Amino acid sequence: MPKKVRGVLTIREDLCKQCGLCVSVCPVHILDFSKDKINSKGYRPVELTDPDKCVGCAFCALMCPEGVIDVYREIVEVAE
Amino acid sequence: MGNLQVVYEVPKIYTGPNHYCPGCFHGIIHRVIADILQEEGWDDIAIGLAPVGCAVLAYDYIDIDWFEAPHGRACANATGIKWAWPDRLVFTYQGDGDAASIGFAETSYAAIRGLNITTIMVNNAVYGMTGGQMAPTTLVGMKTTTSPYGRDPKYAGYPLKMAEHIAQFEGTALSVRVSAFDPQHVLEMKKWIKKAFQYQMEGKGYTFVEVVSTCPTNWRMDPVKAAEFVKNEMIKVYPLGVYKDVGAEKKEG
Amino acid sequence: MGKVFMKGNEALGEAAVRAGCRLFFGYPITPASELAEYMAYRLPQVGGVFIQAESEVAAANMIYGAGAAGKYAMTASSSPGVSLMQEAISYMAGAEVPAVIINLIRGGPGLGDIQPAQSDYFQAVKGGGHGDYRNLVYAPSTLQEAVDIMPLLFQNAFKYRMLAMMVVDGLVGQMMEAVEFKYDIDPDSIPVPDWALSGKKMHGGKKNVNTSLELDPNKLAAHNFKLFEKYQKVYENERMFEAFYLDDADIDLMIVAYGTAARIIKTAVENLRAKGYKVGLFRPITLWPFPDKELKEYAGKTEHVLTVEMSMGQLIEDVKLSIFDPNKKYHLMPYPGGIVPTPKEVEDKVIEILKGGAK
Repeated sequence: MPKKVRGVLTIREDLCKQCGLCVSVCPVHILDFSKDKINSKGYRPVELTDPDKCVGCAFCALMCPEGVIDVYREIVEVAE
Repeated sequence: MGNLQVVYEVPKIYTGPNHYCPGCFHGIIHRVIADILQEEGWDDIAIGLAPVGCAVLAYDYIDIDWFEAPHGRACANATGIKWAWPDRLVFTYQGDGDAASIGFAETSYAAIRGLNITTIMVNNAVYGMTGGQMAPTTLVGMKTTTSPYGRDPKYAGYPLKMAEHIAQFEGTALSVRVSAFDPQHVLEMKKWIKKAFQYQMEGKGYTFVEVVSTCPTNWRMDPVKAAEFVKNEMIKVYPLGVYKDVGAEKKEG
Repeated sequence: MGKVFMKGNEALGEAAVRAGCRLFFGYPITPASELAEYMAYRLPQVGGVFIQAESEVAAANMIYGAGAAGKYAMTASSSPGVSLMQEAISYMAGAEVPAVIINLIRGGPGLGDIQPAQSDYFQAVKGGGHGDYRNLVYAPSTLQEAVDIMPLLFQNAFKYRMLAMMVVDGLVGQMMEAVEFKYDIDPDSIPVPDWALSGKKMHGGKKNVNTSLELDPNKLAAHNFKLFEKYQKVYENERMFEAFYLDDADIDLMIVAYGTAARIIKTAVENLRAKGYKVGLFRPITLWPFPDKELKEYAGKTEHVLTVEMSMGQLIEDVKLSIFDPNKKYHLMPYPGGIVPTPKEVEDKVIEILKGGAK
C-alpha cells in the first residue's frame, strides 16, 4: 500500500488562549476553536477538524505563544 | 506510536502558564529563547534579566537564573553580572520603553563598551503593562493614552529606530530587526537570536535583536489583525533586516 | 607590612582591594574621583575589573548586578551622585543584595560645594530611597579606622544580605595620612553564596531568581516583616561606638559627634579636661544600627548633651530619640556649607553652656 506522511499533534488544551494565530497560519486550514469544549480559563481551545489532512508542518506550533502544540510525523498507509 | 518522528516539541524549560494577553508575541519570543537555550545546553549557564513591563514576570517562564531589573537598568545590572561571571550567557529582555526610553543611556553604553551580552528588545509601539501610553517607538499619528489625538512630532518627535542606533557603535557585534508575525519570521527570529547568543559566547561584542511585536489589547485589535498590523504597517517604519553583523563583514573582507 | 603615606581616597581603594573586592564601577565626582582613578590603576594589577559607568544611576545598578551574582563589588561617589543611587539602594534592600558604597559627603543641598560635610545622615540612615528598609552605615573617624573596618563592610554586607555604606566627609578622602593595611584577603577564598545568580550548574540545576517584586500584598507584607527581623539581628550584633572620657560617674556635658567632627572634638575634650571641665565624647561608629542604648546609658550621667555636626542638625534627632528625656538640655552646633569646626569653637561653646550663658 502506498504511504504518506501525516502530522500528529499533542494539544495542551488548558494552555490555549484562543488567540487564533495557529488557526490563521495552518496551510491546510484544519485548525479551529472547539465548538463544545471550554478550558479552565474560559477559552475554547484549538482542535484539529480533520486530523488526516495534517501534514506536520509545525506552523501552528511555531506561532503558538503558549506552547500548546507539539508536532510529530508518522508514516501511514493509505488506501488506493 | 512507535514510528512517530519529532517535528517540534515545546521545550521543557519553557514553563507556563503565563499571564500574557492572547496572541502577545512575548510568548512566542520566550518560547524561541527557551528552544535555543535547551537545544544548545546553555540553560545551565544562562542568566536572564527581566524588565519592568509586561515581561516583568519572565523569570517564571524560562527555567534559568533570572534577575529582576529596575526599569531601564537591565544593561547596567547585566554589566555587573557579566563582569562577575564573564563566561556565562547573560541576556536582557526588555520592552521598547525599558530599553529605549528610561534605559536609553544604559542600553547605548552596553553597546558602546562592546559588553558581551545580548539584548532582546520587544518593540510594540506602546507601554503595554501600564495601559497603553505612548512609547519612543509609537508611530506618528498613532493614538495612545498619552497621545489621544495621535502622536504629534511637534511635541513628541519621531519614532525611535533602536536597531539602527545600536548598529552605529564599534562595540556592537550584531544589530538586527526581526519579527514573529508568521512562521517563516519566527524561524528567522530564532536564527538571529541564536546567532546573537553565539557571538556572545565567542566574545565578539554586544548583540542586539529588536523584535517588532504586537500589543493586541492596547492596539484594540484581535491577535491575528495585530499580527497583520505588524506585517503591513509597523514594518514600513521599522524595516526588518541586519543593521550590523561583524560575522558577515569578515566574510566579505 | 608597615605604614604607608597615602591620600585618603587611594587608601580606601587599596583597603577595598585587600578586603577581596575585584569589581569597581564608578563615575567621576569631586571629592571622590581619586578613588575611582586608583581602582582604574590598581584593579587590572590584581586581575580585577574597573568600569567607568555612564552615570551614578548606572554605577549603582552595576554593583546591584554584581552583588546579585554573589561577588564583592563597590562604588564610591559624593552626595549628589549618591542621590542618583537611591533607586538601586531601595531595590538592593528589597532584593537583599549585598554591596558596598562609599559616600564622600560634600556641602549641599543641590550642587552645593566640594567641601566636607555630614549632611547626608538622613539620606543614609533614614532612607533616601523609597520603601521601608535599612542600610548598614559606618562612619569612621580617621583614615586608619576606615581602612581597618573595610573588610567588615563587605563581610557584613554578605552575612546579612544588605548594602553596607561608608560615609566619610570629603576631607577623609583628600587628606594624606600614614595608614597600615593589616589584612590581605584572597578573593578566591570567598565562597559564592547559594542564592547567587551564577548559572544553574553552580547550584544543583535549580534556578535562582533575584527580585524585589512581590505583587501579592500579603506576601510583600511578610517580606517586610522578615527584613525587619533581619534588621533587628543586625541591631543586636553590629552596633559600634566609642566612649571618650565618659568614665566618671558624673559628667558636666557630653558631646555627640562622628566622623572628622569627632576627631576634632577629641582635641577639644582633652583641652577642656585640662581646664578642669568634666566633658566627654560619645562617638557613634555605626550610624545604623545606631548605638541608642549605649548613648542613653552615658547620657544618664549628664544634664547637657551637645551635638556637633557638619549639617543643620540631622544626627541630633537620633540623639534626642535615643535619650528620650525631655528634662535634659540638648544643644546643637551646626556646621553646614562645608565648614569644619575648630577645637576652640567647640571649647568656647561648651564653656558658654556650662557657665549658664547658652540656650
